[in-house]
Amino acid sequence: MNSLLWLPFLPLLGTFVPLLTARYSRTACAFMTAVLPAVTLFLILSHASDIFSGKHFFASVPWVPAIGLELAFRLDGLSLLFSILILGIGLLVILYARYYLSAQDSMGKFYAYLILFMFAMLGVVLSDNLIQLWFFWELTSISSFLLISFWGHKSEARKGARMALTVTGAGGLALLAGLLLLGHTVGSYSLQTVLDSGDLIKASASYPIITVLILLGAFTKSAQFPFHFWLPNAMAAPTPVSAYLHSATMVKAGIFLMARFYPSLAGTDLWFLLVSLTGLATFLTGAYVALFQHDLKGLLANSTISHLGLITLLLGMGTDLAAVAAIFHVINHAIFKASLFMAAGIIDHESGSRDMRQLNGLWKYMPYTATLAMVAASSMAGVPLLNGFLSKEMFFTETLHQASLGSLSWMIPVLATLGGVFSVAYSMRFIHDVFFNGEPINLPKTPHEPPRYMRVPVEILVALCLMVGIFPTMIVGNLLYSAASAVLNGDVPHYSLAIWHGFTYPLLMSFIAMTGGLIIYTNRQHFFKFHAQFPTSDSKLVFERVMQTLASKAHKFISFTENGSLQRYIFFTLLLAIVMTTVPLLQLNTTAGQRPEIPVDALSITCVVLLCVAGVATVIWHRRRLIALLTLSVVGLIVSLAFAKFSAPDLALTQLSVEVVTVILLILALFFLPQKTPKESSPRRVVRDLGLAAFVGGTVGTICYALMTRPLDTISTFFTENSKTGGGGTNIVNVILVDFRGFDTLGEITVLGIAALGIYKLIARMRLFMPSSDDKGRPWSEDKYPLLLAVISQSLLPLALLVSAYIFLRGHNMPGGGFIAGLITSVAIIQQYIAHGVDWIKQRLKLDYQIMIGSGIGIATLSGLGSWLFSRPFLTSWFDYFYLPVIGKFELASAMMFDLGVFLTVVGATMLILANLGQLTTSERATQKEHE
Amino acid sequence: MEGMYAFCVGLLTACGVFLTLRGRSFSVVVGLTLLSYAVNLFLFASGRLKLDAAAVLGQSKSIGDPLPQALVLTAIVIGFAMTAFAVILAMRARADLGNDHVDGQIPQPRHGINQKTGGAK
Repeated sequence: MNSLLWLPFLPLLGTFVPLLTARYSRTACAFMTAVLPAVTLFLILSHASDIFSGKHFFASVPWVPAIGLELAFRLDGLSLLFSILILGIGLLVILYARYYLSAQDSMGKFYAYLILFMFAMLGVVLSDNLIQLWFFWELTSISSFLLISFWGHKSEARKGARMALTVTGAGGLALLAGLLLLGHTVGSYSLQTVLDSGDLIKASASYPIITVLILLGAFTKSAQFPFHFWLPNAMAAPTPVSAYLHSATMVKAGIFLMARFYPSLAGTDLWFLLVSLTGLATFLTGAYVALFQHDLKGLLANSTISHLGLITLLLGMGTDLAAVAAIFHVINHAIFKASLFMAAGIIDHESGSRDMRQLNGLWKYMPYTATLAMVAASSMAGVPLLNGFLSKEMFFTETLHQASLGSLSWMIPVLATLGGVFSVAYSMRFIHDVFFNGEPINLPKTPHEPPRYMRVPVEILVALCLMVGIFPTMIVGNLLYSAASAVLNGDVPHYSLAIWHGFTYPLLMSFIAMTGGLIIYTNRQHFFKFHAQFPTSDSKLVFERVMQTLASKAHKFISFTENGSLQRYIFFTLLLAIVMTTVPLLQLNTTAGQRPEIPVDALSITCVVLLCVAGVATVIWHRRRLIALLTLSVVGLIVSLAFAKFSAPDLALTQLSVEVVTVILLILALFFLPQKTPKESSPRRVVRDLGLAAFVGGTVGTICYALMTRPLDTISTFFTENSKTGGGGTNIVNVILVDFRGFDTLGEITVLGIAALGIYKLIARMRLFMPSSDDKGRPWSEDKYPLLLAVISQSLLPLALLVSAYIFLRGHNMPGGGFIAGLITSVAIIQQYIAHGVDWIKQRLKLDYQIMIGSGIGIATLSGLGSWLFSRPFLTSWFDYFYLPVIGKFELASAMMFDLGVFLTVVGATMLILANLGQLTTSERATQKEHE
Repeated sequence: MEGMYAFCVGLLTACGVFLTLRGRSFSVVVGLTLLSYAVNLFLFASGRLKLDAAAVLGQSKSIGDPLPQALVLTAIVIGFAMTAFAVILAMRARADLGNDHVDGQIPQPRHGINQKTGGAK
């Protein structure tokens, strides 16, 4: 069945409909909006008969199968029931909202949010993949945030929305953790697999954690004690939202989740304790608090909390019949509570108030609405012949059969009856206080009946209350049976939906509840007085305070770790790095390995001493910057000597030429920077940094030593063996660079080019600090370019270029290559700059270094692309040997073209940096045109 | 020899780290340069130290490990680009902000006292 794949997305498409049609009349907009949900409902209902006969539908598209990600939907009894609730009540709410919203409200926006929520909710109940289910779960939180805060100009709407999002969002995170753990335990994120592995899950060690995390998600969403406080505050939403989200759908998502995972998680003592006790506590507190609300919607909200507690309690009991009763009550509660919210909205809309101290005697003004509301409220109280009565009877029956609390089990039916007493009392209050009980007091408007069609949704729902109450099997029998079969993942026990079971204990409990409720309501003055003695606590204020404390704590923590000090960041980064490195080192038994060491000779010792002295001197004199630069260059020279000594001629050459370029660069830069560093580190800071530096140095040295004294297991054998035969060169290092790992090198020269261009950009708009004298106050020398230097360097230039060409050409077979040749050429050109100045060079050397970089990278890339002409992979090299009379045998390789690209890029980049830095003070300096 | 080599690598690392932790941009650049010497030597050493064993075929009896050499060669060049970028950035920062502190402003003395609590009130 493929339609299941796109069917849930119809409402998502429908999100755009109201936005597009809002410009037409309100009725047109509402009608168009309703079309897609109606089609979806119709399509889902068309599968109903198959599902009633026991079939399930699945549809999935793999996405990343390796980690269990897929788009997967399922349609079974439970999904069907919830889909009908979501879409059916959704359609009624669309009709209702058409009349509820005022002209100032943006109807398109409201419907768009509503349909988005519908899509999210439908996704939750149809998902067949855990991660996907969670995604839709979070989408319901977000879209309900948008709906609750729809009247964003009201402070309480914003606060209520934020609170709902925080609580349900936090629960959603717990749920994600639980689902991931669940999927990990089962080995699959497919819901069906999870449902079939109940025994495996319950036997696993992580079962308690999974259960607690998933229940946290369910409890926060379904407003279970102690997370229930967000629901009354969410009543700031427009009433259609409350009728939709807070009676039938969003708050039922938690219930749905518990029902969905019932086969996987339920049936243990842990489940019983957590779920049923939470449900019982919620049932009682909700019912008690509801009685004392003066706000009509506040009463309904708390009654919703209480009924959700009742359903949770049923799901927690663990018996099959209790699960059936839970599902039945889900249906019934959705029907009567949605109609009650709508009735409350009508009253609010037509009388201008929701305060039950003002609303009295509305029977005279709106008898028709009053009748509807009274039937629905009676159903809420559990009056016979109405649907609420049936599920409440089932509930009472199940509490009687509960034995999990041992000898204290009798408490459950007693407490359940007590909750029933309060339910009757607040339902009485809803009926009597609002519609009778004298005359209205100071209402802003004179109440009257609502528009004809605003009443239609209420009429439909109330009619359902009656029909389900009188002919339960006919109306919901199949739906209930298939949903219960999905929850129990198999056989459904025998149950009877009859109205009359004879004179039984449950009937007695109902009778007690009725009588008790009447007594409490008639004596409500005493209860109100008693209740008024408690200090009132506003959950909004408490929540706000907690949030602000959290925010300020987080702020403090962040300002500690991120105070904008680079020194602190580096310190922490290095500290963390060193801790991570030290731990494995502690497990290394001996530092020295088995490999024999090279004997020490006098020359090496001299070099080491020089290096150490220069290194330490750099640190000691780092505040006298020129001296530090000189000692730094000594270190660099000895490093290049070390490369030469330990058989790396390419590295020695590169290091030497880079050293020259670097020192020239740093000296040039130093001209524009302060010549000295002030002394500003506190002694404590110096000691701390020295300590860390010594520790890092010691660790790195240790690793280096341990590494070098252990035998080498190299992967380079491949390169050594194939260098000549495959790459056509004997200098393996160069062949690796231009051939084996040519792609890396291409990336590298690109980075070099980008860095150079970045530097060019930085230089281009720099304001200059030009010292007119050196740090001792002496003016700069008048004598610009020493003649001796000019003559010598000019005569050296051809020689240097010749050397560079030689190094470049032999690079494939002997130490050398594009990198080194490029650096040598750069040094030769820089020398001319130093000896003659920018103007002199400009007249003689017309090179655009940016073009040089570009052509370098271009040539290298083209030489790689060339291999495509011969149907070879990118950068495949080619070489052959040729013979010319005078020169003799010589080799040509495509890698040389690549090396030429490297050469050009290196020269271009180096010169772009140095030449532009060097000519900063001259008229040739790089400038940038203002674009604006 | 290996011991001395490792000592030098450690010392250069320590010097580099200490200077990198200073507050002025030029010291940081010098520190980074020292650190990159140390890193290059360290990487090179992972191919083990060998005498008279250039990675060129037909030149000597034994052949050193060419792979770390190739890596270090490009590292040296990229290291130069990084140093250049850092120092020019330091110049630019000094030109735009008027000081050469790494945070763009010279910390006030009171800030120095508060270092222990990280500037939190």
